[in-house]
Parts: sequence; structure tokens; C-alpha cells
Amino acid sequence: MSALLFEGADWSFETIQRIHDRVEEIALGEMKLDVYPNQIEVITSEQLLDAYAGSGMPIYYGHWSFGKRFVQHEGHYRKGYTDLAYELVINSSPCISYVMEGNSALMQTLVIAHAAFGHNHFFKNNQLFRDWTDAPGILDYLQFARTYIAQCEETYGERNVERLIDAAHALMSHGVHRSPRRRKTDFKTEQARAKERREHDEKIYNELWETLPGGAPKTPQTSPEAHLANLLELPQENILYFLEKTAPRLAPWQREIIRIVRLLAQYFHPQRQTKVMNEGVATYVHYKIMNRLHESGNITDGAFLEFLTSHTNVVFQPQFDDRRFSSINPYALGFAMMTDLERICVKPTDEDRDWFPELAGCNDPTNALKDIWAHYRDESFISQYLSPRVMRDWRMFNLVDDPAEPTLKVEAIHDERGYRRIRRAFAREYDVGHVDPQIEVVAVDLQGDRRLIVQHSVRGGRLLASREASEVLGYLADLWGYPVLLREVDEHGNGLREHTAEPRGREAFQSGKP
Amino acid sequence: MYVIDRRLNPSGKSLPNRQRFLRRAGKVLREAVRNVSASRPIREVGEGGVVIIPARGIDEPSFHTGSDGQHGRVLPGNKEFLEGDRIARPQGSGGGKGKGSGNGAGNGGGGEDEFKVALSAEEFLTLFLEDLELPDLERRKLSLTDSTGMRRAGYTKSGSPANLAVSRTMRNALSRRMALKRPKPEDLAALEEALRYAEEVKDEMQAARLRELIDTHGVRTRAIPYIDPIDIRYRRFEPSPRPIAQAVMFCIMDVSGSMTEHMKDMAKRFFMLLYVFLQKRYKQVEVVFIRHTDEAKEVDEKTFFESRETGGTRVSSALIEAQKILEERYPVADWNIYIAQASDGDNESGDNDRATALMRDGLLPLCQYFAYLEVDEPHSDTPTSSLWKTYDKLDPGPAMRRVTTRQEIYPVFRELFRRRNEALETT
Repeated sequence: MSALLFEGADWSFETIQRIHDRVEEIALGEMKLDVYPNQIEVITSEQLLDAYAGSGMPIYYGHWSFGKRFVQHEGHYRKGYTDLAYELVINSSPCISYVMEGNSALMQTLVIAHAAFGHNHFFKNNQLFRDWTDAPGILDYLQFARTYIAQCEETYGERNVERLIDAAHALMSHGVHRSPRRRKTDFKTEQARAKERREHDEKIYNELWETLPGGAPKTPQTSPEAHLANLLELPQENILYFLEKTAPRLAPWQREIIRIVRLLAQYFHPQRQTKVMNEGVATYVHYKIMNRLHESGNITDGAFLEFLTSHTNVVFQPQFDDRRFSSINPYALGFAMMTDLERICVKPTDEDRDWFPELAGCNDPTNALKDIWAHYRDESFISQYLSPRVMRDWRMFNLVDDPAEPTLKVEAIHDERGYRRIRRAFAREYDVGHVDPQIEVVAVDLQGDRRLIVQHSVRGGRLLASREASEVLGYLADLWGYPVLLREVDEHGNGLREHTAEPRGREAFQSGKP
Repeated sequence: MYVIDRRLNPSGKSLPNRQRFLRRAGKVLREAVRNVSASRPIREVGEGGVVIIPARGIDEPSFHTGSDGQHGRVLPGNKEFLEGDRIARPQGSGGGKGKGSGNGAGNGGGGEDEFKVALSAEEFLTLFLEDLELPDLERRKLSLTDSTGMRRAGYTKSGSPANLAVSRTMRNALSRRMALKRPKPEDLAALEEALRYAEEVKDEMQAARLRELIDTHGVRTRAIPYIDPIDIRYRRFEPSPRPIAQAVMFCIMDVSGSMTEHMKDMAKRFFMLLYVFLQKRYKQVEVVFIRHTDEAKEVDEKTFFESRETGGTRVSSALIEAQKILEERYPVADWNIYIAQASDGDNESGDNDRATALMRDGLLPLCQYFAYLEVDEPHSDTPTSSLWKTYDKLDPGPAMRRVTTRQEIYPVFRELFRRRNEALETT
């Protein structure tokens, strides 16, 4: 196979088919990747802007915040501040990759290698995605969500639905289960169950039951508080889940919408935890494939140079004192780590043998990497596999800002004493559980005024941003229907600060009668 | 693998959400639009463009940590630091904090303090003119219904072939065929199949029975047509009255020597607003410019605003001119008439009685709305002018306001044209 796939920048649908087939040969035949069936969609830049606004998904429910995002992206794009991404890929089965019509043939090749094989392999094989997302069902579920929410808007009024979604979105970052539970979400049965639940509720509802005198109260085995906590599954870190199941004043449709927001938050949660790995895998895969295409004479030298320029831009990491620096570029870090792991497998140094005895010199980088891709997320990946070599190449150092001190302190640099400490600190930056404040529902005062008590476990004195916290708390109170208390408590159990909120505008969240 | 061309799918999927966003940002957006329009040159008042709104009004809050407490960060590109080095805290940011925690889901606004929105001319105007209403629109609408248009109104049994309602006709045909049990082609085919089989196995009796059945089927099929003339329906249209949607606006301006450039500028702005406003409400708006000193003349827009003239002031001359043009070209039955007059009010003393008579008996009963704008130098405390006093005595009189600075124009305009019920609440 040494025929050129294309010449010049122009492409046609046959070209794309030809490119895909050849890339597939390399990806599946030589690299032994394992992917969902591919679906490549050619779109215009305007359609890509639309897709951006809806979290990258082709369908999404309507809400003003997506319009805001659209205005933002559109403004930046028209002003020329940002380029559009060349591609967008959706974790679904079939795996949908968008390619822009304005791309050159070489860029389409790159996008297909990067998205349709790199990301696609990661989506299908990484444990987090396997546990938490249901790729074949997501598009149907989004369709269901959109129809359901549109129906609610018609029945209960657009404003009421909007306020509910505002509230749910504010709590979205605390609407995920962080540790695996019994069962992964299956979006197909989810839709059926949603319907069943509603029907069941309607069927068994009978006003007469409300008037029956209760039987003799059962004596609880444990203390009433513990019994209650057990009943309500407290403490509960998934606030949206807690509200959906227990908030006393919500109507069934309101619970369903909260559930939709929560399940979608959960669907996107793995992506937040695997930015470096996801992009690292895709970049590593496209780099391999493009080189292979060049070696076997499928693309011209000119096209290969175009690829190298683009690739270099993608994996560019400005240094901390550069004006362009804002944060670590996940493409750059991921790619650097993947290529370094490959080097360790093939050409290890003594240092590598020390640090990675199980990898060094195993001479099977393909399988070693695929195993890592399947079982790690950013935090664990960095804490296990960031090598001293990469730390040296990047000249990493750990800077600590303690408000008690007048100056910043360089805690560790890339030397023998510092490697492990840098690696530990660095990995923690990618630990979503560490970056997001840890907030849990801890108690409900059912004897008194039904106040909901929420606790923020403060680490390192990092209190919540106060103004926003009270706004979110207001939303939480609206959903709960009664007052809410947020306590910020440090590692030793000392209360540092308290916020309270009363439900506003009860009528909107109350019965939800049309 | 499939390649799908989505380019022909409709774009603009985000537009409904964009509309929702604009509605949500309504209050801040309206303010921004007004601020922008105040600083624009006259001719661009009605154009769209970028407005800047504070992000505060449209943020999406989430729980995240603030700048308090300890923060650590691993950075690339160390050049000279050794472990334990101390570095001065950079100004203006929370140390090594950066964007670390701000990227929670749904936290789109980030740290930006302001937000740019590009509005189309249409959106800009809608926001600009929101909650303004034309006075006395109802009255004229009711009385002016002589123009008519056609409107869909159900179906009819007779009509021109161009109006044939195909789906309705086919529906009628189908129900008739079902009611009369017209044999279906499939049934016939099945019978023929059975007949062939019967002939094959030489079951003569069965074959004869089938042949007879097929015959009767054929007869029924021919007797009951697929489409019968009684099935046919046509779309029916009926004439319906339409309110007149055209307006004429008279701009009357005093250009005598006592009117300074500043005063004329204010008058211009007022006319501009009125024009934009009427244009938004009516399909067709005509503008008549009348300028006057001691005699009045109809002129084109450029002359009206730009050329200079000197002389005394006789308001009645302009009123007569307006009345003349009205009678000649704009019959009351066909036009909604708006008159806006700007002057410093410094009328010749002998002219006021004539003006009163012209207004009371001639113009006021004819027009929808008469607005009188008295312009003056900033900070001047001239007592009310003679023209003001004259107009003030009329009952019903014109709507009158007095402005001295450019910033007042918009509020005054709003006051003159605000919605009825709102006006009642505030006064």
C-alpha cells in the first residue's frame, strides 16, 4: 500500500473514505486498537459553533445558558480571538466525529486519526467510561431529555422550568457519584423507567390514604438520628441525587428534570477526570498513524510537513513566565508522557529501571500503553507514570502559596529530592475530588423546621467563594423548599463559617401544578 | 464507517437558546442598549452592533473555593529556582491560584467581568423601543378598515383547480371506498392466486366459485371509482378586513435666529427617535419636513437639518402649511397622522391667537398625536415661553415637554410614548 491517498488540499467523500480505510488498517491492524463503529460527519463552521454551545452534543435541551455560551463563542470566533477546533468527537456508539468542511485533506486525515481512532479507542476501553457512560444510549437519552423538558415547558410554563434548570445547573458539579455504585447507567432502560415511575406514582396515589390514622409507630432499633440518616442515605455527596429522592416539595416532573441534569453531569464526569489521558492517547495515536502514513508513502512530504506544523502547535507548552501561559496544556503533557512511556519500554535507562521496573525494557509498548489507557485516570496516571525524565524536560517545580507567609515558597524542583513530591502535588491538581470542594448533605432537622444541613469539609483553609456560595445555596433552598444551612468545617471539626438561605419564590417550585 | 454530509442541515440550531439568553439578560441588555444609543451619531441610532453588559447579571454560580487558604501549583519552565527559594507574591492574582478551580461544569462565565453581545438591528430596536406604545392607536385602527385581504377559511365543494385540496380530497375518497367496500387490489390478486392453484389441482368446483367471485369483484371495482367527483374539495378563501398600516409624520422645526445649533441637535434627535419608532410600528411611514421662520416651507431631510436661515418666528405659518399638505396628500381616512414640533417657543406675540385657533379647529382633531418639544440652552432658567402658554391653554392640548440637554431627549421621548397603563401607574 504505497499509493498516495490524496494530492493537494482538496478532498471529496471518496477521499475521506480512502483515508479512513487506510488509517483503519494501521489503527486496527498494526496498533491493535479497539473502537466503536465510526461515523464521520462533515459540517460547516456555523454548525460547529452550534455544537460547541450544546456541550459538544448534537442534541441538547433548551436553556438560556447554552445561548450564552453560543454568544460567547460566536463573539470570540468572529473577532478572531480563537480558532475553532478542527474536530469534535462524541462518546457515543457509533462514535460520531465532526470534521469541518474548511479543513484541508491532510487535516481531515489528522482528525480521523486523532478523533475517530484515538479518542474512540479511549472512550471504548477506559474503565471510567465503561463504568459511568452508556455510549450506545446517550443520543437517544438526549433526545428524550429534550422532548421531556420541552413538554414540561409547555405544561408548566417556560419560566418555571427555566428556574428549575438554573437551580439544578448550579448544583451540577455536586450532582455526581464519585465512587462507583452498583450499576452503570443504562440510558435506554432509563427512559422506560422514567415513564413507569410516573405511571406508578399516579396509579397508587389515593387521597383516602392520606386520611387514614397511622398504625402504632414501630420502635426503631437504633437511635432515631442514626435511623433517619440511614433512611436518607446520609451523608450524601451527590446533592442532586439527594434532592431528587428526598426533597419534600418537588413535583414528579421536577424530580425527573433534576434527574436528567444529574445523569448528564455523570455522563460528562469521566471526561473531566481524563483530559490529559484522553488528549494524550488521541495525540499519541495520530502521531503514530501520521508517521506510518508518511513512511509507507501514503502522504507526500509536503503534507507531512503541514502535519508537523499543526502537531507542534497542538503540543506547545508555554513556560510559566511566558505571556501565553495560562495552565498546563493537556495535549502536551499527555503526549509527552505517552511517548516517554514508549521510550521506557523500548530504550530504558538505569533510572527508568529503578522507577518503572515492570515497564522498563518490556519491549511491548503497544500492550503496555493500552493497559494503562484502560485502567487509569489523570490523577492516578500522573501519580504512577510521570517519569523523572519528563519532569526534567519540562523543568517542573512546585510553588506553594500560603497566605500566612509573606512570600511564595518553592516547595520542590526537578531533582532527586523533588521528583516524588512534585509528582504527588501535580497528581493532586488533577484529582477532581480534591479540586472540587467536598460538600455533603449531613443532616435534616425533621423534628424542627425541616432545615437541611450541608457541610463543606475545608482543606488547607480553602473556603468557598462566598458570594457565589450563597447564590447556589439560595437555589438549594428553593429546591429543598425549607431553609438550608451550609457549615464550613476544617480538618479538626472546627466550624469556620456558616451560610444560610431561605427558599425564595416558593410558588414556582412548589406543587408545579399547571 | 459512514461519512455523512451534514452541511445542508439547517444551521442556527442555537438561535432559540440565544433568544432565551437575550430575554434573560433583558434588563441589563436594555440599559446597555440605551447607553450605547445615547453616545451614537443620529443616523446610526437604529443600527445594531455590539453592546457590553456586565457578566454579573447573567452568571451561573457554582460551589467552588475562593482565594482563601493554601494553594499549591506545579509549573513548567523552572530556570533558576532551588528548593526552599522564596518568591515575592505577584500582584493582582491569588498567587499560584490561577484557573485551577474555576472550570467546574456550567461555570461558563469564568472570571470575565463583562460580556459582549452582538445584536442585529432588529433586536437592537426592539430592546431600544421596548415598553413604548403609540398613543391613540386603537381609535384609528377601528375606524380604518377599508383595505381588505384574503384569508384561508376551510374547504368548499367548488373552486378553481389551482385551489384543489389534495390531501382532503384523498381522505374523502379513502373513506368512501372503505364505506362502500370497494375490493382492494391485494384481495383480487389473492383470489387470482387461489384460482391458479385450484386450476392446477383441477378442483373445478372451487375454481368456478373463485371465477364468479373475481367477476363480482371486478364489477364492484368498476362501479365504485377510486376518486369520485363528490370527494373533491377546494381550499376556500374569504376576504377579510385589514387595518391600515401606514403613517405620516410631520416634523415641524423652528429655524429662526434664536434657535442655536445645540437646540436644533436636540430637535433632530427627537425626530430621529420618533421616526425609528414609527417605522417599527407601521409598514410604511412617510415623513414630511416643514421648517419655518416667519414663513414656512416644506423641504427635504438634508435641507431640513443642515441649511441655515434667519428671520422672525411665526408658528402659525407652519401650522397652515401642515394643514395644507394634510388636505392635499394625506386624507385622514387613509393615514395615521403624527405631528412633532420643536421650537424655542419664542413666538411673535400677535401670532399666538391664530396658532390657538389653527390647532383647536384644524390640526388637533385630525391627528393621532401632536407632540410639542420645547428646547432650550442647558442650565437656562427662562420662564415658560409664550408658545408654551398658548398651547397649555388648549384642551385637549398637545403633549408637551421641555428639554435642555441631549441626555434628556430619550427619557422625555419615553415619557411621551410610554404605555398607557404604565403611565397611569406612575402618575
